[in-house]
Amino acid sequence: MTMHPKTPNSGKTQNSAELVQLRQGRVAANTSAPDTLPERNPGMPFDVRFLDALRRVNLSGLERRASTLTKRRSIKGDNQAAWLLRSLALMDLTTLNSNDTDERVRRLCAKALNPLSRDLRQGLGLGDTVIRPAAVCVYHPFVATAAHALRGSGVEVAAVSTAFPHGLAPLETRIREIELSVAAGATEIDVVIKRGLVFAGRWEELFEEVQAFRQACGDAHLKVILGTGDLATLRNVGLASMVAMMAGADFIKTSTGKESVNATLPVGLVMVRAIRAYHEATGIRIGFKPAGGISTAKASLDWLVLIKEELGREWLEPDLFRFGASSLLTDIERQLEHHLTGRYSAGYRHAMA
Amino acid sequence: MNILERFGAMDYGPAPESRAEADRWIAGRDFSRALFIDGAWTASASGRTFATAEPAQGRHLADISQADASDVDRAVAAAAAALPAWRETSGYGRARVLYALGRAIQRHARLFAVLETIDNGKPIRESRDIDVPLAIRHFIHHAGWAQNLDREAPGMVSVGVCGQIIPWNFPLLMLSWKIAPALAAGCTVVLKPAEFTPLTAILFAEICERVGVPKGVVNIVQGGPEVGEAIVTHSDVAKIAFTGSSEVGKIIRGRTAGSGKQLSLELGGKSPFIVFEDADLNSAVEGLVDGIWFNQGQVCCAGSRLLVQESVAGEFLRKVKARMARLRVGDPLDKNTDIGPLVDQTQLERVRGLVAEGVAQGAACWQPQGELPTSGHFFAPTLVSDLAPANLLAQEEIFGPVLVSMTFRDTAEAIELANNTRYGLAASIWSETIGLALQVAPALKAGVVWINGTNMFDAAVGFGGYRESGFGREGGIEGMQAYLKPAHGGTRSVLEPYTFQVADGAPGDLIDRTPKLFIAGKQVRPDSNYSYGVLDHGGAVVGEAGVGNRKDIRDAVSAARAATRSWGSATAYNRAQVLYYLAENLSARTGEFAQRLQRLTGVEADKAREEVEASIERLFACAGMADKVEGRVHNPPMRAVAMALNEPLGVIGIVTPDGQPLLGLVAMLAPALAMGNTVVVVPSARWPLLATDLYSVIETSDVPAGAINIVTGPGADLAKVLARHDDVDGLWLVTDKATAAEAERESAGNLKRVWTSGGLSVDWNGQDGAIDRFLKRAVEIKNVWVPYGD
Repeated sequence: MTMHPKTPNSGKTQNSAELVQLRQGRVAANTSAPDTLPERNPGMPFDVRFLDALRRVNLSGLERRASTLTKRRSIKGDNQAAWLLRSLALMDLTTLNSNDTDERVRRLCAKALNPLSRDLRQGLGLGDTVIRPAAVCVYHPFVATAAHALRGSGVEVAAVSTAFPHGLAPLETRIREIELSVAAGATEIDVVIKRGLVFAGRWEELFEEVQAFRQACGDAHLKVILGTGDLATLRNVGLASMVAMMAGADFIKTSTGKESVNATLPVGLVMVRAIRAYHEATGIRIGFKPAGGISTAKASLDWLVLIKEELGREWLEPDLFRFGASSLLTDIERQLEHHLTGRYSAGYRHAMA
Repeated sequence: MNILERFGAMDYGPAPESRAEADRWIAGRDFSRALFIDGAWTASASGRTFATAEPAQGRHLADISQADASDVDRAVAAAAAALPAWRETSGYGRARVLYALGRAIQRHARLFAVLETIDNGKPIRESRDIDVPLAIRHFIHHAGWAQNLDREAPGMVSVGVCGQIIPWNFPLLMLSWKIAPALAAGCTVVLKPAEFTPLTAILFAEICERVGVPKGVVNIVQGGPEVGEAIVTHSDVAKIAFTGSSEVGKIIRGRTAGSGKQLSLELGGKSPFIVFEDADLNSAVEGLVDGIWFNQGQVCCAGSRLLVQESVAGEFLRKVKARMARLRVGDPLDKNTDIGPLVDQTQLERVRGLVAEGVAQGAACWQPQGELPTSGHFFAPTLVSDLAPANLLAQEEIFGPVLVSMTFRDTAEAIELANNTRYGLAASIWSETIGLALQVAPALKAGVVWINGTNMFDAAVGFGGYRESGFGREGGIEGMQAYLKPAHGGTRSVLEPYTFQVADGAPGDLIDRTPKLFIAGKQVRPDSNYSYGVLDHGGAVVGEAGVGNRKDIRDAVSAARAATRSWGSATAYNRAQVLYYLAENLSARTGEFAQRLQRLTGVEADKAREEVEASIERLFACAGMADKVEGRVHNPPMRAVAMALNEPLGVIGIVTPDGQPLLGLVAMLAPALAMGNTVVVVPSARWPLLATDLYSVIETSDVPAGAINIVTGPGADLAKVLARHDDVDGLWLVTDKATAAEAERESAGNLKRVWTSGGLSVDWNGQDGAIDRFLKRAVEIKNVWVPYGD
């Protein structure tokens, strides 16, 4: 049994018996959860009491945790290589530029299908195991192109939607956009919230919008982008996270990549702690996706450490964690090459997307 | 495990810090010549050595020369010889040395960190990210004090040769806290590291050599308690600075009594960690990790006593346990280790024993699952709950990774529980409500209060305790003051004790006057129901005074304690007005008091009048300063303010001299009152009538009952009772030497803050008798850290 029906390519990419065991273990261990958990987050009625505890976030405490967390853990040698492969497998390989074209998206998909050179795969001893990004993330016009290119690979097609990145189109337009992307073959939808609803404290309205998005998604998974760089306080981040989860988000996601401040570790802490609170209350696990500005292998490890420490190993699977990244992959390739050869690599040695 | 298996497991794996350089350093040293005296490496006179071992492995590291009393003699002699030149070195000159030390430690930061971890067992993350950077900061910060002291502390000079004894829990950092301010002030030092952790002090001494610290300015002797004792009792040492256990601190207090040595003690703690229901609970959990699982809990200010509000206790403890399960116990040189071994087998056994005893007393003990390393002195992180305040574990300092937890119902109970301890070093308050946090902070008996934080330190922010956690501060201007003394104290003479006979006859006045004692705002008969005759300078009986005894002191202290609530919490403006009013009412009776002075002491009329007027002036001055001796706001290098608040000591016993009996009394009484203390005064036994005449002045001046209590009688006896009273917070004596020494000795019971004039008179117009000296003495500095941001 898995909680999420679509587990992108994880079943292929690792010992599946182990994964099943892990999942069963975590369900069994959670005594507060009902016997059979729903396959996806069904959401719940809007309940303002859920927001209370989230109002209390201490910025200094969070910053201290974030800064010491990465100093408390260090990953070396073969473990580091393994963790970098994990970063790769948890990646939504992304292109979200105004000048994107079908051809550009096809190139990106080709890279997603074949992210590591043969030398690297052999050197790392991957054998027949294929490790690929979890999804390719594009604007709506390129969904069909990506779906075609990735068909049968297990790599998901994610579409940013609802008037990304600002979210300020009429609700009906935004909902329609989701429906069209799903119809075009998107299996994951990354929506943005109207940040103004947060500032106004119009939580129920935000709740209803996200609920509507969820409905429009159908079977596609819903990732809710909070635009944390715009939200001004970590308190707002925590509250918006909880509202999105109550409304049925499968993932909550930090940023569009277009705000002036992208995913930061303190923001991540607030969001993963909201996820933890939701899990404790409902037994349901929500995924987390930091996005924007995560471009180095080292930074990706910091995020993995944060997740492992705050949520646990079970969250380090593609159905519960993603990076939104465009240039991270190249740095991972460079670091993996360094791991194998002991020589520092150059970007041009690795195939571009 | 191949990479794919690791990809599935997602374990951290080992990440060892290299020890090669540190091992090379150790291998390259002749530790049989490890005493650093007068700029040279020498063997001990006895040739004896002691072993230092590695806590993580129990492995032998080195045999270090063990000093004895004769080596301490040599070291003190070297320090004394170096003192004049170092004291005369310009502030700039001293600043350059301190700066060079800071930078040199920085250049060798990793070697210091690795050595510290090998020798002490603390995780490399801590020695690398906390101990060593703070040590560097301390030297560089104090370079600034050295250069600017003339302006910041005018009229002060270094106290002289300092004996400094440091513990094993932060060897390099404690060395820095001791040596940096001493050198900045112009003192020379003899420092003794702890026997468990001698190595980083040796590396530091090498750096002293390299950067050109003048010979004899820094001397480092190695060894155990007997070496410490030789330092403490050495007659040429002017000041002792000690960090360590309260038990040893009390012994040092006793051993230095009457020696005239200045003393600062930074001792143990049982610091409360208070979590209110409106706290960011997740951040508070991390605070606990930094509080009690920092340095294996071997931290004097560890947040070892969790007080959590009932309404969130279940949820919070659940979070704590979940967090504990992720703590990694193991090799301290591994960068992924959160908790290393305890420093020594003896400590491990001590912690085990205490926990076992606490459990036997009914406490519940929880530890996360997991194997401990088989070698080394490891103890798993432990949570003790279901704890009554009476349980041993709620009261004793455990000095290990053991958190004890209790719940409280409301704010008042939280404060009461927090203060229900003999210690008073630090406290943490967790609440997102600024009003609540800032209400609780002043109510806690602790020298350091962290709001929504824990274990934050900075060279600019004073650190030190209330109560039996010691006295004196390290860091900041207050830390500097502890290494300075007035350059010109004033003219002084030796005081003699005064003894009297219980009187059997009094002079027949027109109307008989019966001076009683003044306790709790009332004139009361002495418990003994004896009086003694007060003689004038010519030996004629001019009146009688009550013979107070220990019961009168007991009653006076309890009245003073009760009055700390009204007087201590009165506004400074309010206290100022009462003191002005006292001055006003005394002024109205100038003639009468002058006559009394003249009659008793035999001074000329104009001198007597001068003394009364000087007393009134001093009351006026103290009234004026009541609302002006304010704290500071520090800006440590983080987004936080640290507010150094001046708080009253509490109850102060004051024993006043015979000479200038009115001025002497007022000069000690007024500053104590101005700062919000309540007092128990034992006035001059020879001429107590000035004090008894004051009763009616006090009664007409709106002084709250119990704020001033006066007990006449045998000064030396009453001083001793005050010294032995554990509800007295401070004791000031201008008495003969024997009385002063006895009081210092007896004060060790609760480590009350004792100041004596060393058996000499005080020149009330000199620097020693100046108002500001007493105002400073009348307050305890509490540093409240407030990290902020939203």
